[in-house]
Amino acid sequence: MKAAAFDYARPASLELAVELLGSGDGSAKILAGGQSLGPMLNLRLAVPELLVDVTRIPELLRVEEQGDAVVLGACVTHAAIEDARVTDGTRGVMPGVARGIAYRAVRNRGTLGGSLAHADPSSDWVSTLAALDAAAIVFGARGRRSVPIAELMVGAFETVLAPGEILEAVRIPKLSSGARWGFHKVCRKAGELAEAIGAVLVDRDRGIERAVIGATGSVPIVIKDAARLFEGRREKILDGTLSDFPEWRRLQTHERLGSDPYERQIHLVALRRALVQAYEQ
Amino acid sequence: MTKLGVGARLERKEDDRFLRGRGQYIADIKLAGMREIAFVRSPVAHATLGEIAIPDGKRGHVFTAGDLVGVKPMLAISGLPGFKASAQPVLATGKVRYVGELVAMCVGDSRAEAEDLAESVQVDYRELPVVFDMMQGRRAEAPLVHDAWGDNVFLRSELAVGDMEAAARTAPVTVSREIRTARQCMSPMEGRGVVAQWDYRLDQLVVTSSTQVPHLVRTGLSECLGLDEGRIRVIAPDVGGGFGYKCILLPEEVCLAWLARRLGRPVRWIEDRREQLTAGANCREHHYFVTAHATKDGRILALDVEGTVDSGAYSVYPFTACLEAGQLPGMLPGPYDFPVYRGVSYAVASNKVPITPYRGVARPGACLALELIVDAVARAVEREPYEVRLANLVRPESMPFDNVAGKHFDGGDYPDCLRRAVAAIGFDAVRERQRRGESDGRLVGVGFAFFNEQGAVGTTVYSKWGIPMVPGHEQASVRLTPDGVLELKVGIQSHGQGLETTLAQIAHEVLGIDPSRVKVVHGDTALTPYSIGTWGSRSMVMAGGAVAHACRELAKRIARIAAYCLKVEPGQVTVGAGRAVAGSAEISIDDVARIWYRRPQDLPLDVDSGGLELTVGYKPKRDTGTFSYSAHAVIVLIDTETGHVDIEKYVVVEDGGTLVNPMIVEGQVYGGVAQGIGTALHEEMPFNEQGQPLASTLADYILPGAGEVPAVEIFHTSSPSPNTEFGVKGIGEGGAIGPPAAILNGINDALRPLGAEVTDCPVTPRRLLAALAAARSGPRGEGAR
Repeated sequence: MKAAAFDYARPASLELAVELLGSGDGSAKILAGGQSLGPMLNLRLAVPELLVDVTRIPELLRVEEQGDAVVLGACVTHAAIEDARVTDGTRGVMPGVARGIAYRAVRNRGTLGGSLAHADPSSDWVSTLAALDAAAIVFGARGRRSVPIAELMVGAFETVLAPGEILEAVRIPKLSSGARWGFHKVCRKAGELAEAIGAVLVDRDRGIERAVIGATGSVPIVIKDAARLFEGRREKILDGTLSDFPEWRRLQTHERLGSDPYERQIHLVALRRALVQAYEQ
Repeated sequence: MTKLGVGARLERKEDDRFLRGRGQYIADIKLAGMREIAFVRSPVAHATLGEIAIPDGKRGHVFTAGDLVGVKPMLAISGLPGFKASAQPVLATGKVRYVGELVAMCVGDSRAEAEDLAESVQVDYRELPVVFDMMQGRRAEAPLVHDAWGDNVFLRSELAVGDMEAAARTAPVTVSREIRTARQCMSPMEGRGVVAQWDYRLDQLVVTSSTQVPHLVRTGLSECLGLDEGRIRVIAPDVGGGFGYKCILLPEEVCLAWLARRLGRPVRWIEDRREQLTAGANCREHHYFVTAHATKDGRILALDVEGTVDSGAYSVYPFTACLEAGQLPGMLPGPYDFPVYRGVSYAVASNKVPITPYRGVARPGACLALELIVDAVARAVEREPYEVRLANLVRPESMPFDNVAGKHFDGGDYPDCLRRAVAAIGFDAVRERQRRGESDGRLVGVGFAFFNEQGAVGTTVYSKWGIPMVPGHEQASVRLTPDGVLELKVGIQSHGQGLETTLAQIAHEVLGIDPSRVKVVHGDTALTPYSIGTWGSRSMVMAGGAVAHACRELAKRIARIAAYCLKVEPGQVTVGAGRAVAGSAEISIDDVARIWYRRPQDLPLDVDSGGLELTVGYKPKRDTGTFSYSAHAVIVLIDTETGHVDIEKYVVVEDGGTLVNPMIVEGQVYGGVAQGIGTALHEEMPFNEQGQPLASTLADYILPGAGEVPAVEIFHTSSPSPNTEFGVKGIGEGGAIGPPAAILNGINDALRPLGAEVTDCPVTPRRLLAALAAARSGPRGEGAR
């Protein structure tokens, strides 16, 4: 399959990009790394009139330390994060997750912002950055706004981004020295899209104990009080018999995990393994 | 044996261009004025074809069946009694019978433009009920794929030996299983593709195609187009893997050949991965009911099998819809010796893409069915599965052996091969680990598969099937150039087998010419002798044998010229090591060639005018096929929470007789095992009840990658065939045959404490967890079916 004809523009500023996105019939799409959009174009699942390539906009390439956070431009690639070529305030969490995204060829071009804006439920960044309590910086005709990553996605391949808005950067809080992290991804083989993700951050100095179940049919399930899943249940978690506890029973019947026993099982296993990593290892 | 000849681990000559990215594949061909083709394909599985509306101004750019005046459908009929024929139109006429069937072809200056055009064509499909599953298709009330047939069975085959009813009545142990393999897609790195042009100077159609069988394509094109074969040239350039997908005539080839003549310009179609997955390379879908009757110590008394193959909508040219199902009754007894047998098979038509033979053809399924039942027997009699195999394998002292299905095994020591695999896999250590338990909570299991592989099957077998293609003598042409380079021209086609190297090694073995000075020419009907091509583990046996014979005949010609030069009788001259020698006198082959071509005045008038160029045909002493054989052994680790299976260790002990180049054989085995792992654990092309293929990209169709394929440990034993040159046996497909059986047996070994068992491929995490859940909800009785 080859893409249908489209126009292409590579603006040098956010303002120009926003203007271009508003032009024409409104079908313009943002092109960053192209690792999802490229195949969609070729399969003609996306047939935009115009592609707005944002990879030359300086704000989208920036890397800044801002006190207790690091801001990464949306066009920072997975590979740059993996290789620690950009500042990491997460004590290795971000490079570790990046390393497990798809294949190196995809990581070389695929971008942090592109992955978040594409809002594939199986995205590693959607789950990871929700667990890290990161926020998206969004630029639009009416200026900038900040959206917590946990609220960015509203459904599979759907976000709160309005037409004409650009995800400009991601603000990622730094972890304190005692922070612990657990991440478990279930996928059919190395490099494939996730079937289930469990992500757990325990950063007691900052008062955060947060768990995420990702790669659901839509938005990740964010559990802000992860301690309740775990405390006093250490043995049960380790031996895998959890269904006695109300929190777990609620999760087992969570609507976003659907009715398929396989889906429910692998998501809860991913969560449990991430919990064990964060609390036990 | 010499250092570079038969038996040498010579590096592959062709790899120089491949590793430098200089291979010349079909998509590398660009001709002046070339147009690109995209097809309108049916989006529905079964429908009456109504009006095809072509947008105004686009006539002349879109062609449908009505335009193809005089083009005949592709007809692959088997002469086997009861076979029902299906004519496959190159562009759909009257009905469409599968998703992806060609409806119209569209011409553009670029592929994207041609696709734009294809999208603009409106087709009226009046949908019909669908045969989406072979077992559904066999039922009396099923819709009909071919209205005139009355049912959906291309062919029912049966082979029965001995008194099954008596065996069933008296056997102390009886086990039964229902076993299924998924429909798969062969996935060569390079898909198919065709460039066609009319050469006005030669008044000839030139079709360049990514094919394993250029000569068969020429014959098929001639039949469909009504053009004599002299006016067709078919070229196979570098071909990036075939595995069987490229040994059939494609409707696209016929379409483009017709179109090139019609337009008077070169045309090109390059298959994309979606076409390959959903409309092209489908293969393998089998279902089995298997019952084994055995003694209390696991000796098999009788085997009773019913196999069904989903052949898809049409009978592919030239192998027909019965290549898999028709062979099943003969191959199911495998390497074992037992007296009573009944094998029944059905080739079923469905509203799916026609299946194409894939590496091993029906053998991976047959091996799975047989080897799973052998393990089931072992569990029933409480013996180790390898012990039960040893009790049933054909004994070396019985070789050569004619088995219950009439197959003639040409030799070998099967039990020795299996014992080596038991030792190499570290069987006792696995049993010890199972007693201890794994520290990470996973379950460990060990599994075996044993099989033999009939390769280079010849005239006497194929002629009984009455299909459009019967292998005869394989021919090779040899020619010395004036400077002493040996040109070998062969009609087979090398697309990963390393034949440019191995055939040069054989020539070197006979004549002693350095392999670097042997030029192997293949893949062009204008340059090579007729051949049915490369498939069925035949090229080394057949083309290798032909090259050896041709080189020996050439040696006689060299000897006669050398005799004049050395002033001795021809009978005194021996040729080898690049020289012709008579006592202390000698002359190099280079000099013989130079004198023949460039100093004919030095030769007498009555010299043999045939010179240093000849063509020779070859058949093995017995043409019913060589039987290479293998034991596969695997250690698997199972995560019972996620259903994931990891392969910790994989061992292959194989016997391919004499190996021309063991390194290349190992590469073939390695690649085959990777494909077999795909069959066992990953690859599946599901269809829904509307006959829609559900895996249209490689994100949905899971192929094993580097992370899923372990470092395969390969060991060789050697029992040369008594029937072939050098004792070689065909072995190219074997790697793909054993893994499904070995891996499923390994999984079942691991799951045994939980009372769970898997019988369907691929064993995806979902299937594995379902098997565990089924075991928890109720115990499965051995042989309870």
